[in-house]
Amino acid sequence: MLDLRLYMAQRLSALIMAPLVIGHLAVMIYAVQGGLSAGEILGRTRGSLFWALFYGGFVVAVSVHAAIGLRTIISEWTSLRGPLLNGFAWVIFAGLLAMGGRAVLAVTMA
Amino acid sequence: MGRTLCYPIWRPCSNAAVGSGARRFSSFRPASPVAMVRRTKDPAEGTDVPDNVPDNTPSTDIRHGADSLAVSVWRGDGDGGVWEGFTVPRQPSQTVLDIVTWIQQEADPTLTYRFACRVGMCGSCAMMVNDEPRWTCRTHVERVVRDGAIRIAPLRNLPVIKDLATDMDPFFDKWVKAEATHHGSADRHDGFAPISPDDPQRIEASAGIECINCAVCYAACDTVAGNPDYLGPAALQRAWTLYNDSRDEAGVAILDAVSAQGGCHNCHSMGSCTHYCPNDLDPMAAIAGLKRATARRFFGGGQG
Repeated sequence: MLDLRLYMAQRLSALIMAPLVIGHLAVMIYAVQGGLSAGEILGRTRGSLFWALFYGGFVVAVSVHAAIGLRTIISEWTSLRGPLLNGFAWVIFAGLLAMGGRAVLAVTMA
Repeated sequence: MGRTLCYPIWRPCSNAAVGSGARRFSSFRPASPVAMVRRTKDPAEGTDVPDNVPDNTPSTDIRHGADSLAVSVWRGDGDGGVWEGFTVPRQPSQTVLDIVTWIQQEADPTLTYRFACRVGMCGSCAMMVNDEPRWTCRTHVERVVRDGAIRIAPLRNLPVIKDLATDMDPFFDKWVKAEATHHGSADRHDGFAPISPDDPQRIEASAGIECINCAVCYAACDTVAGNPDYLGPAALQRAWTLYNDSRDEAGVAILDAVSAQGGCHNCHSMGSCTHYCPNDLDPMAAIAGLKRATARRFFGGGQG
């Protein structure tokens, strides 16, 4: 049930996610090996526009990518079509965006 | 468009080893339950089959040996059907189509199936043979027989008309929907179009021109099974062929058609089409070509 618009949105969101995932893994490894505590990590991320954009961008890309992917799976596994199918995808998108956005705010808001 | 009534096929294949290691269709659920006639257990079979696994072997108590085959044939229509067992004499160089023809001519004249050329050119006789789509006129029995048994059913992903004959309309309707029809501009007064066989675009076009419309790829495609609106490998491959044909004037229309819902972007690149194509064509690569062309156009480049 993918048209070109959704296909490109999913591919472009994957393109954004790829370097961000690598960056996230690198930061995790660095933080663990450096022995940073949670408090020290939060001390660096809170108030940082860079980390807000980094993880904010990641959350947006994940929300778009996962919602379209789940929409495809649901359309192939069930008979859900039309507005109901699109509604399902929007709910997934909004849910992931809300949960991820809340986490990003908690980590980056001063 | 609602879900098409598909031929019910379900696996897993019980205990028989598959020599080629070919992919199986394990996840497809039948559109409607079909009565199964369980055979009595063959002592030579070895392993027993769990009760919840549909039988993969002949539906009646057939004794088969080196000079005969135990053949299960799906009999029914769009509302459902049953497996019927036949004992068919073995012949040298026997094809699966020979088996079906023997059954119709010697055992049950009411058996319905479709064939024409018998030499792998017309694409009429494709069926599911031991749950894999094959062109039956060019499939030798020795290649597919398991323990002296074969089961034959109508093509997957298409509505059944009767027995082994499927309604091909949805398949060919999708060719039209994909704009996979020639859009020429020349008339009889124009000369021949100069075509260089070395031209890269012509090479892309030539890669798919041997398609015989047998629908084996369509039956093999799990995306078609899950998404009846999907145009399918054959129609998309033809669209890619025409997109690359310098004589075709409708590149924009083709890209528009394959970019809509049900178009090339639904392909998950699982590759069953390429794996099962009896002419060794590569519809998956053609679909990938369409994806590239549409993506280029999305960013403002490319033809159209």
